[in-house]
Amino acid sequence: MTTLEVDLAGIRLRNPTILASGVMGETGESLLRVAEAGAGGLVTKSIGLEPRKGYPNPTLVELPDGYINAMGLPGPGIEAFAEEMEIAKRGGVPIIGSLFAALPEDFTTLAGKMEDYGAAAIELNLSCPHARGYGMEVGIDPEAVRSIVASVKGAVRIPIMAKLTPNTHRLLDVARSVEAAGGDAIVAVNTVKAMAISVEARRPILYNGTGGLSGPAIKGVGLRCVYELHEAVKLPIVGVGGIESSRDVLEYMMAGASAVQVGSAVGRRGLQVFREICDGLTEYLATHQLQGLQGIVGVAHVH
Amino acid sequence: MFIETRVRERIESGKGITTLLFGTPMDAKPGQFVMLWIPGVDEIPMSLSHIGQRAGITVKEVGEATRALSNLRPGDLVGLRGPYGNGWDLSAKRVLAVGGGVGMAPIITAVEAIGDRNRVDVAIGARNIGEIIFEERARAASDDVRITTDDGSYGLKGTVVSLADEMMKAKPYDMVLGCGPEIMNRFLLKACNENNVPCQLSLERLMKCGAGLCGSCVIDGLRVCADGPVFTGDQVSRLTEFGKCKRDDAGLRVKL
Repeated sequence: MTTLEVDLAGIRLRNPTILASGVMGETGESLLRVAEAGAGGLVTKSIGLEPRKGYPNPTLVELPDGYINAMGLPGPGIEAFAEEMEIAKRGGVPIIGSLFAALPEDFTTLAGKMEDYGAAAIELNLSCPHARGYGMEVGIDPEAVRSIVASVKGAVRIPIMAKLTPNTHRLLDVARSVEAAGGDAIVAVNTVKAMAISVEARRPILYNGTGGLSGPAIKGVGLRCVYELHEAVKLPIVGVGGIESSRDVLEYMMAGASAVQVGSAVGRRGLQVFREICDGLTEYLATHQLQGLQGIVGVAHVH
Repeated sequence: MFIETRVRERIESGKGITTLLFGTPMDAKPGQFVMLWIPGVDEIPMSLSHIGQRAGITVKEVGEATRALSNLRPGDLVGLRGPYGNGWDLSAKRVLAVGGGVGMAPIITAVEAIGDRNRVDVAIGARNIGEIIFEERARAASDDVRITTDDGSYGLKGTVVSLADEMMKAKPYDMVLGCGPEIMNRFLLKACNENNVPCQLSLERLMKCGAGLCGSCVIDGLRVCADGPVFTGDQVSRLTEFGKCKRDDAGLRVKL
């Protein structure tokens, strides 16, 4: 019997495609809908301590091969998110609670609540490139990352995943910090810091000026990061960045990913992208007479 | 895709209601919308009120962004993304199109696209005579166009839903298309259910990305931008949030 099931830091996923944070993850009903569309796991919108409006529009620029967004971490805050989690859990698919904060103790508070709400794991947003004081601003400092991961790890029983930014030359140092602090998995990568300018208006298009580039435009970057991370740490890796097809998933898994996240493709291809990817993976296993995906993780490391 | 274009023509369509035609043609289905950027002000979703060579939108002043949009002049720059959304299904044989206020924008393109004066009737409603728009365009595309105003300053006095209800009782229709304030949509759905006529409603929510990603415009699990903005009466009947609550900028539930 062939199966697409994978194990990610002790969590069983029915298939390796996980909804990436920031996409349809702000309300319980929309998470439920993605579960019904076939995703193997769901990451919530990054949730903070308080409700947050995010930036005014324009918050998104659409490019031929991706998007640049600067939403500015809008969200209802951890208290109000309880009822969204209640609804989302009905999908029967593991939910990974994404969190953002500036201080280790705030991350700890948030993680405790997420665990209480029934999250299967925590994803620490150490990588959003467009919210002052959060995300990437803390996530490029290996020491800050070590202290955040260590304090959250000490406070909850569920696995801790750290989502990292590619916007640093110290990616591998940051990943080693996650490992040393007891983190359970690395998620790579968040968006690539980017910008778009209106020539006629002679100004940046996004309200925030800069934003994060996602979609096929960054697949090569994400793949390289996963490949290098696989050689630098022993932790399981979740690959993210421009995944739209089963071939993209196979590339990421061969680079070293145990599972993957899909975000921009929900907008570019539609919600059916999860089923299409899984159909393609099943076909690949059959063609190559494989029982499951485990055997291909990291096989591209040939030298 | 993002394009930059300039306002080609500005038309006062009603009192506080302005139509802007773009310098760029736009192919779109009736009922689709664009994300319209007013540099330095905001970017907001706008239903297309004109499609094709003379593409454009029609805006009513209700806040800062719509005021800035209403004040644009020919030659002024705007950015456009889209068209987005699903648009109307216009395959039904006999259609009643119901527009409330500036909700006539996506309705009139549907009426014109049907292209058969005998296949479509139109009910236009507004608060007063100044806010009745696209009557001429409707009369050019349909043999039966009726008007209501809340204050009786033009056409029948009353709501457009009671007019639509009367029309459904008097004539056979296979489909009702509706766009207006949520309270109008809600009562129109009720009237359609009572008269056993299927309907499609164009809905509205706070929209950020417009492209099906961020989830800010969801009603229950449905994204207005990508799954809508047009929903079938059956879909709308199953929505628990329709007519009751919406989400604010932070994604928190707010009572309507």
